[in-house]
Amino acid sequence: MRRDIFQAIADPTRRAIIALIAMQAMTPNAIADNFNTTRQSVSKHLRILTECELVKQEQQGREIYYSLQIEKMKEVDEWLNQFRKIWETRYNQLDDLLLTMKKQKK
Amino acid sequence: MNDLLFDFTVDKPSKTVYITREFDAELPLVWDAFTKQELLDQWWAPKPWSSKTKVMNFEPGGRRFYAMVSPEGLERWSVQKYTSISPKTNFKFLNAFADENENPELPGSNWDLNFSEESGTTKVIVTIYNESLERMEKMIEMGFKEGFSMTLNSLEELLASLSRK
Repeated sequence: MRRDIFQAIADPTRRAIIALIAMQAMTPNAIADNFNTTRQSVSKHLRILTECELVKQEQQGREIYYSLQIEKMKEVDEWLNQFRKIWETRYNQLDDLLLTMKKQKK
Repeated sequence: MNDLLFDFTVDKPSKTVYITREFDAELPLVWDAFTKQELLDQWWAPKPWSSKTKVMNFEPGGRRFYAMVSPEGLERWSVQKYTSISPKTNFKFLNAFADENENPELPGSNWDLNFSEESGTTKVIVTIYNESLERMEKMIEMGFKEGFSMTLNSLEELLASLSRK
């Protein structure tokens, strides 16, 4: 089963990692330096973010750099926007129905 | 079209969706539109999809088992189990996609609907807890995309159908 992106960004450390690498690509060590936690724990968070395709890895020399997949983040917003439109449409239909109901009552 | 409030907010970290909307109608009418099967089916599905309710007993412990039907006749079933009802004020249900035999795809999301009226305007606040992006994606994939560009003109159709009764 594919990982839920909401789940991925529900964790405060993962949100902080996203904010951090949004500025620039970073190595796991450099990321870990910003947190009061173990390397293993940061690696685990990075793995989850990678599985959700929210971050991508790039090999540069001997180091692996992690960077944010801006497109994927945009996709999340695009989905939300479509979800909003469903509700807009649904409620516009309800407006029409209520108008009809009011006229019938008279 | 109108100055009625519409607010849609998503809190991604807590997976909560808030939809607030005002309607130019008195509370009992709006309440009926949300809680009576024959009325719900007239507006719940964004066109060109339609809503088809197979079972609905609006009472605590009761449920609504319904499908969104595509113009091609594709049915997408959901079940909403009512967990609490305070008449004309609030009701809550657990919402889950299901197959045509009513087997739910758990975990679902928890819905909380609040109704209040001020000088003839009724405000409805829908809060959806534990909404998943996957589920939203599914809803969107169900084909609502195509409907968005269409101008909604259901009023005329409704008027016509109601006046025939």
